[in-house]
Amino acid sequence: MRFGVISFPGSCDDLDAKLAAGRVGEAEIVPHTQTDLRGFDSIIVPGGFSYGDYLRPGAIARFAPVMESVSAFAREGGLVLGICNGFQVLCEARLLPGALLRNVNGHFTCRQVTLELCNGGTPFTRCCPPLLSLPAKHAFGRWYAPAQTLAEMRERGQIVFRYAPGENFNGSIDDVAGVCSAEGNVLGLMPHLEHAVDQLMGSTHGLSVLQSMRLSVEGARLRIGGVDVEGKAAGA
Amino acid sequence: MLIRPKAGILDPQGLAVERALPALGFGGVREVHVGRLIELEVADVAQLPQMCEQLLANPLIEDYEIIAPA
Repeated sequence: MRFGVISFPGSCDDLDAKLAAGRVGEAEIVPHTQTDLRGFDSIIVPGGFSYGDYLRPGAIARFAPVMESVSAFAREGGLVLGICNGFQVLCEARLLPGALLRNVNGHFTCRQVTLELCNGGTPFTRCCPPLLSLPAKHAFGRWYAPAQTLAEMRERGQIVFRYAPGENFNGSIDDVAGVCSAEGNVLGLMPHLEHAVDQLMGSTHGLSVLQSMRLSVEGARLRIGGVDVEGKAAGA
Repeated sequence: MLIRPKAGILDPQGLAVERALPALGFGGVREVHVGRLIELEVADVAQLPQMCEQLLANPLIEDYEIIAPA
């Protein structure tokens, strides 16, 4: 399993994402200028402040040379994970529905949040526990989509994570914390799963997303939390 | 180009300003919204709507208005 972690000017969680993914498979940084993504099984668009968050978070990064390749990678069914600024970039690139607006509290907020898993059937979540404790740190995390889009997404199971009751500090519509594409192979979420991969960090729940991705790609038998998990081949 | 938050979508920046003005003694302030002003010189004004749609505004959450100097 080989993860590619995109690095834009202004990305700051790229190295942490690489280290986290490196616990589950091989992981490599992919510069924003690179256009060849051959050899990668999945792509992570990491957190940070790409291009200074100028104009709108993610608005400029969307036009980086690497993003055309990421779009093609996603169109071909490859797994693409966007975390925080990565989620914003994927929304701006129209690889995910909706947009991320300024937090309703008006502040950059850093806190641990509890998420509810709403769809455990995606390639990103089949190993996830029903509740995940992850840190969130952002100023633009209020996910929004028009009512009709939201209704269609709920119908299709595209709402993958919600903030648990009382945890939605940013004011996201319907408490949404993470969504996937209609095809299910692109996921974005605001909380930082790459910062919850070791007991020292207070939670290891972030690993379950990366392990799910590996399981989906490799279709291997993995031992997770003391339980053998049977994988399916990607796309099955 | 004037870029405004779409009506109906909560605008925390506008709310913060709306609350700050009475604190300075300015009463009767309502419906404050904060957007962006983008100034540019352009060879072909016909391209402006597309520039807005593709980059300068996010049509999902923002409205834009193009103002050309007389």
